[in-house]
Amino acid sequence: MIRLLATPLLFVALLLQSIRLALGQIWANKMRSTLTTIGIVIGVAAVTAVIAALTGLRAKVLKEFETFGTNKIFIIPHWPREGKFRHFNWRHIRFMPKQFENLLERCPSIEDYTLMTERSLTVYHGVQNIEGASINGINPSWHRIENRSVIIGRPFTLMDEEHGWQVCLITPDVRDELRLDRDCIGKRIVVGRRSFEIVGVVEGRVKGGMFGDMGSSKEVFIPFETAWRLWEPWIYAVASCREPELSKEAQAELRFYLRQTRRLGPGDPDTFRLEVIEEYLKSFNKVAMAITAVAGGVVGISLLVGGVGIMNIMLVSVSERTREIGLRKAVGAKPSAILLQFLVEAIVLCLFGGLLGILIGQGMTSMIAKIPNSGLDMAYIPLWAVGLSFGFAATVGVFFGMFPAIKAARLDPIEALRHE
Amino acid sequence: MQTMPQEKTDRTVIRLQDVRRIYKVGVERIHALDGIDLDIRKNEYVAVMGPSGSGKSTLMNILGCLDRCTSGTYELNGRNTTRLSSGGLAHVRNTQIGFVFQSFELLPRLNALKNVELSLIYAAGTTWLSRRTRARETLVRVGLTERVKHRPNQLSGGEKQRVAIARALSNNPSILLADEPTGNLDTKTSEGVMKLFDQLHREGQTIIIVTHEEHVARHAERILQMRDGQIISDERTGPNRVTPPSQEAHHE
Ligand SMILES: Nc1ncnc2c1ncn2[C@@H]1O[C@H](COP(=O)(O)OP(=O)(O)OP(=O)(O)O)[C@@H](O)[C@H]1O
Ligand SMILES: [Mg+2]
Repeated sequence: MIRLLATPLLFVALLLQSIRLALGQIWANKMRSTLTTIGIVIGVAAVTAVIAALTGLRAKVLKEFETFGTNKIFIIPHWPREGKFRHFNWRHIRFMPKQFENLLERCPSIEDYTLMTERSLTVYHGVQNIEGASINGINPSWHRIENRSVIIGRPFTLMDEEHGWQVCLITPDVRDELRLDRDCIGKRIVVGRRSFEIVGVVEGRVKGGMFGDMGSSKEVFIPFETAWRLWEPWIYAVASCREPELSKEAQAELRFYLRQTRRLGPGDPDTFRLEVIEEYLKSFNKVAMAITAVAGGVVGISLLVGGVGIMNIMLVSVSERTREIGLRKAVGAKPSAILLQFLVEAIVLCLFGGLLGILIGQGMTSMIAKIPNSGLDMAYIPLWAVGLSFGFAATVGVFFGMFPAIKAARLDPIEALRHE
Repeated sequence: MQTMPQEKTDRTVIRLQDVRRIYKVGVERIHALDGIDLDIRKNEYVAVMGPSGSGKSTLMNILGCLDRCTSGTYELNGRNTTRLSSGGLAHVRNTQIGFVFQSFELLPRLNALKNVELSLIYAAGTTWLSRRTRARETLVRVGLTERVKHRPNQLSGGEKQRVAIARALSNNPSILLADEPTGNLDTKTSEGVMKLFDQLHREGQTIIIVTHEEHVARHAERILQMRDGQIISDERTGPNRVTPPSQEAHHE
């Protein structure tokens, strides 16, 4: 009974003893220990930094999608790759407003939609001008689809739309760059040699985001009808479905509806495509996985190299301390106790490397997060990555420490004590 | 204080029967021990002498369970050790044997106290506190009250050997083995160390010492002469203690 109780207690006591011995040993050989663990340090630092970057990127993307709206469907004209439409004139590919006329009645899962046009033009106000401002034609329903509030003035109305009035909404960036007053309602700006009256200032896009950066923050919005009358530009549309869960049905309805209004025959390919945010998320995940796989390979190699380094130093340590091992055995250390001592030393060494690696990885993460416009400002090391790193380090320790430890455990006490 | 009760004074601690140890070097077979029969009783004080290469150390290593005999049996406290695993032998070393080496074998980075604690670390059921107290007590017993925190390189040869003896005694072994314990010490220091062995003997300890020197062997009460792996003489020199006088009586 006492023996049964004593055995696990002895194990715990020996374990603690081994940890203390290992720490003492590492401390006595600071320089050597640090150099030995470099492989592991680099491996762990690299993996934590990559994970941190990807985690940050994902958090960013998800946050972006939230403000962007996960229930949005983009409807974009599309040239089919094959079939008879390949040779089609662009006039057949582009959208016409009348192809969307009764969309809401025919597609019950769609809550709202707006036609959109986009152009880049120079905007003037007096002597001030902005080159390459983004000029967007929008329906009044745009305000319900985009989560961007009108700060000053009013949103577009059906009246603006029906009359094709030359009115516009601008973003604060446009107002500031044109040196307009804060309250600039009623002022006129010149877009494409036509004068537009400012009726409101609309909130800019989310800045610094992956999608925000894709477009300019200098945006001028004009009624869709006005844009259409002026330029007859290319059109695309953004629709929102009633519930994010209805996305699939909404897409099916849209497809069916558009194939009809665009008079596509049964065997014809689509001349448009539907894009959903989820698709972006999926492709992001694919890229993230590819990066993780590559990083994983690099880390695997450096952990392997690191592990061999650990094994080497442990073999040195065993042969340096042969006499000590002999003595410990002579006073009654079982082979298992010696095995434990050297295994623990290898593991502690690796965990020490892991700790150093995580600290360096944290440093790298903070640096990555400061790179402007990279979308990495939310990069952080998740807790599971810390656990994973230590787990990996410990595994390397066990794996590469096992051979030297077995070697130590098998030493013959007399031979060992005779060792010079 | 460590005086053993002497109810069974006649108890045999060590019994060797036809013990042989053969080393194979290439094709050559060296009979380091060539048929040893030996009984040692509790509280005996034995010196082993003999020319170099006669097998003294080989015998000590087998008695100390550091080595196994090639044939024959070795019973320690009535228990046959010949079939034990290396873990089993380690346990025997840990609980029943104290070994003192010629070259002290102290771990240089540990202080005297920690060196003495070493064998207690591997013993089941010892706590940090009990190890500490036991190690301290044992150091007092060998007369090193003042040198507890000293490291081996801060100790004289005699003091080092006392620490080593304390380490051997810390687990209350049934036999204390010393292979040329004074081999690295000058005559005066040797005398001091031998006085310690005498004291331990009076306290009831069974002691076996290997030595080349007459004046060291004179402390023992039984002298074994070895030659070519055999015991060629076995004589009792000291007071015949088949029934030793009550130790408690004249032990202040
Ligand atoms: N590991 C070994 N391999 C081969 N032969 C050995 C080994 N150890 C000892 N011997 C041989 O066994 C014999 C006895 O050696 P042992 O060390 O017991 O002698 P000893 O009496 O202690 O001598 P010394 O007084 O010099 O210490 C010697 O001939 C020695 O060469
Ligand atoms: Mg010898």
